[in-house]
Amino acid sequence: MGSVAKETTARSDDLELNKPEPEGWLGLLFMLPSIAFITGLFIIPLIMTIWMSFHNWPLLGRTKFVGLANYIELLGDSQLWHSLGFTLLYTGLVTAAIMMVAFPLALLVDRPLRLAGVFRTIYFMPVVIGFGAASTLWMWLLNPDSGVFAQILVGNGLVDKAPRPLESFWPALSIVILMVVWKTAGFTMVILLTGLQSIPGDVMEAAKIDGANALTRFRRITLPLMRNSFMLALVLNITSSMLAFDQFFIITQGGPENSTISAVFSIYLASFSSYRLGYGSAMSFALLVVLVAISSIQLTFMRQRPEES
Amino acid sequence: MNVPKHTSSALPVGERLGFVAFVAVSILFAIFFLMPIIWSFANSLKPAAEALANPAALFSKAFSFENYRRLENVGAGWYVYAGNSILIAFGTIVLTVLVSVPAGYGFAKFRFPGQSLIFVVVMATMMIPFQSILTPLFLILKILRLQNNLFGLVLIYVTFQLPFSIFMMRNAFDAVPRALIEAARIDGASQWTILRRIMLPIALPGVATVAMFAFLNSWNEFLAALIFLSDQNKFTLPIMLVNVSSGIYGIIDWGALQAGVTVTMVPCIILFLLLQRYYVRGLTAGAVK
Repeated sequence: MGSVAKETTARSDDLELNKPEPEGWLGLLFMLPSIAFITGLFIIPLIMTIWMSFHNWPLLGRTKFVGLANYIELLGDSQLWHSLGFTLLYTGLVTAAIMMVAFPLALLVDRPLRLAGVFRTIYFMPVVIGFGAASTLWMWLLNPDSGVFAQILVGNGLVDKAPRPLESFWPALSIVILMVVWKTAGFTMVILLTGLQSIPGDVMEAAKIDGANALTRFRRITLPLMRNSFMLALVLNITSSMLAFDQFFIITQGGPENSTISAVFSIYLASFSSYRLGYGSAMSFALLVVLVAISSIQLTFMRQRPEES
Repeated sequence: MNVPKHTSSALPVGERLGFVAFVAVSILFAIFFLMPIIWSFANSLKPAAEALANPAALFSKAFSFENYRRLENVGAGWYVYAGNSILIAFGTIVLTVLVSVPAGYGFAKFRFPGQSLIFVVVMATMMIPFQSILTPLFLILKILRLQNNLFGLVLIYVTFQLPFSIFMMRNAFDAVPRALIEAARIDGASQWTILRRIMLPIALPGVATVAMFAFLNSWNEFLAALIFLSDQNKFTLPIMLVNVSSGIYGIIDWGALQAGVTVTMVPCIILFLLLQRYYVRGLTAGAVK
């Protein structure tokens, strides 16, 4: 019996060796759990978002098909337009701020020194802290009664009274942007650093020998060769800022006077505060279309090789 | 410090000045990135009066755990929330690894019709923000009776982790040389033995990366936890923090809040410092993609 078993395995070995690929369909079996998760908890909900957006869908009680009514309401919803405008403003400002901090950081730590590695680690550290913890931490830093900022400013005689940044729009937005730069600049720094380090050393050497000065090398070699890293950093920063929620829910709580309600915050309020699930779905789908459009435009730019442009 | 003495004194003045400028600027940035973390940690260990009088001080004469003790009286007590966060993180890590490792293997080492279509669909889900499907997920969890349930939240976190994890594991398995597998097969190893004895050891760094991202993302996630958990005993640490920060009768216990922030962020920082290279590997994998 033992010899028979040996023979069959030997034969199946031969079969597998002769084939260009091993038993292909076995691969599908390995993927089944993933397919189940992604279908059940991603693709079906995605289709449901669209389906629900055509309904009046309260949490309890009957759902009713209303056609495009939710989308029509969306067009006339001034609070929603305001929150979309605010989200775009925030995205533009925070992305610019992050790039302006992260790029110098990447240039600074792009050195083959152990010390540079230590600084890289320090700059990256806030990235692994969650937005929830980071937001509550900054709430404390900036609170006028026992916050660190208030003590430093008043203690050094820079201001007479502790500032209350959350009571008006621009100070509140600036504080959130400062917090997000602190928390995420290290991430963008690493993305840009991979771009910097992929520039071949001999190209730089050749330019040096040809007499190109540091500024020319930076403009003609570094920047063009880093195009893809820049685009990737932009895509990631823009999409994540468009989806900002935690920092506005926690630090500004949408205030003052609902001026810092972001797009996802609006969806949260519609679906889980007013329990208008149909309307919330319509908003979700609109946001989804905007985001997929942004990332596909940017990814198309990225696909182009630098020499084509 | 890293430059040996004799070379450093031999360096031209310009280069030495450049090094000094590099260190000075780097230290300024380091202060900006480190100080909020250090202040929070320092204040979590100060008695209330001292924290109120001098929050910027890094050391206090009176060292105390009273903030952590007061955090025990917040809702169900901070250790309940820490326990929930640990359960969720652990569940997300285990399930993500169990589901994404075979899938990555399947994508790397097998070919069948329609396979690339499945891969494209899986990767395309990365472009769609999970925030846009939360409303129907709420209903699905309600139907499955998994709403307000830690396991329900784990299922959702696993789904969000899958595209990235499958991508990581496919790359990890792609790196295993074909000749090695053929040799094992000739020696009579079964498909299962090949996966366990040859593929997994080589793919282990990939597994570490997947596990680390699963931990950080589930530990820190806020919005889904806020929506899907409604029972006070089931909250996670970030939700606890927000409850502390919104105060009781308008009074915020800042000391307890700093204790909570410390409990929430320190595990992430320690894990990052220990497993930094797996984290950066995950980031750069995303960057070259």
